Amino acid sequence: MSESIVRALKCRECGQEYDIQPTHVCEFCFGPLEVVYDYEKLEGKFTRELIESRPQNMWRYKELLPIDGEPKVGANNGFTPLVKADRLAKALGVKELYIKNDSVCYPTLSFKDRVVAVALSKAVEFGFKTVACASTGNLAGSVAANAAAAGLESYVFIPEDLEQGKVLGAGIFGTNIIGIKGQYDDVNRLCSEVAGKYGWAFVNVNVRPFYAEGSKSMGYEIMEQLGWKAPKHVVVPMASGSLCTKIDKSIKEFIKLGLIEDTGTAVYGAQATGCSPISKSVKDGTDMIHPVKADTIAKSLAIGNPADGFYANRVIKESGGWCEDVTDEEVIAAMKLLAETEGIFAETAGGVTLGSAIKLIESGKLPKDESIVLCITGNGLKTQEAVINEVAKPRVIGASLKEFDVLAEADGVQ
Amino acid sequence: MKLRVYLNFDKEKVTEPVIWKLAKEFDVVTNIRMAEVKEDMGLVGLEIEGETEVVEASVKWLEALDGVHVEPIEQGIIEG
Repeated sequence: MSESIVRALKCRECGQEYDIQPTHVCEFCFGPLEVVYDYEKLEGKFTRELIESRPQNMWRYKELLPIDGEPKVGANNGFTPLVKADRLAKALGVKELYIKNDSVCYPTLSFKDRVVAVALSKAVEFGFKTVACASTGNLAGSVAANAAAAGLESYVFIPEDLEQGKVLGAGIFGTNIIGIKGQYDDVNRLCSEVAGKYGWAFVNVNVRPFYAEGSKSMGYEIMEQLGWKAPKHVVVPMASGSLCTKIDKSIKEFIKLGLIEDTGTAVYGAQATGCSPISKSVKDGTDMIHPVKADTIAKSLAIGNPADGFYANRVIKESGGWCEDVTDEEVIAAMKLLAETEGIFAETAGGVTLGSAIKLIESGKLPKDESIVLCITGNGLKTQEAVINEVAKPRVIGASLKEFDVLAEADGVQ
Repeated sequence: MKLRVYLNFDKEKVTEPVIWKLAKEFDVVTNIRMAEVKEDMGLVGLEIEGETEVVEASVKWLEALDGVHVEPIEQGIIEG
């Protein structure tokens, strides 16, 4: 199984193909490039048995990830639990509900560890010594940690006013953190210029086509963990919209390779109302994405001009899914519901996913009697500020049994 | 230098010859690589070529226009 089935980079707009190299846009039309494969080379070789015989990490599907041979970075990343969420299902009045729980993804507790593992493995293959990213949270931590473990130099660009907790989440790994002054657009453009000028692997710029493919491993795992089948419905949080398209791609690949039956999975997108350009486009019945200025507590989804918005919109419509978006209050309520019913503390993006799913169920867009998977992509410990005032304060008593007896009696404890 | 950007046009700017004005105002070569223009918005993938300081000044001029947004071709790079 050593032969790579990666064929080329292909423009999603004009179809122009390019050799495998660190580049991300089409020279002709500026369209985004995507990794394409020769699937027929895997015919009869890539079986359920082969996959099941491998260690439980994202690389058990390595033939479908764009690396040469073995991973160079992040060898233990991925393979998170798929939780059958019966208590939450009951609360929502649905029959079959699962949580794909990437809030416990190794090593930095978000699904970014999947994409970064592929991006940095590819960066090493290309001969880069320095890797970089622009991030307000999860991506920064993941690049810093995975680079540290691989002995790569890393630069992480952040807005200068980022919360201390998030700076710490990257800084502990010894990365070079650069805070940039200015409005979002200015910071964004500077990062593009830095990526263009310096000979670094900028994970979400020049190695983005490889980086994005890492998301597919979340979809592969869901299908394997469901007993080699795809769910009828999958709800995905959307920032750039990339994860949505890659979950869809993962399902199509498994069908093509004969690993699962085609059961017509519908893909649903979830956004925060304060940053919902993709959701709005789907609801409005258009394919044009109007950029917005993000204003939401779900910072990890706050991309006002989503690069994959058009493609996510298409996947959602073609698969028979839909979009929904939720207010900050609904995000918090959903975070609490998930925590209290399933013991899972998701970050704000998880509240967006569950909150949107609740609305989709209420509106009848998500049927109550078919299997539903919710993709939870990050850990709540990273966005504690969102719920800090929502959690009950401890009731303080003296160190006396008598005082506790009074409290217990008030609680109705027998 | 050669700079590649996306220009997003709001409804009120869709019918204005902004790129023509840009080339009149600055000594740059403009090269449209993709465009999608609808009633209520427009999107143009544009390459701007010229002396570095002139290209930079031309981008500042574009940014200062109401109803025109200049984005790198990667669009939103800063992720969560």
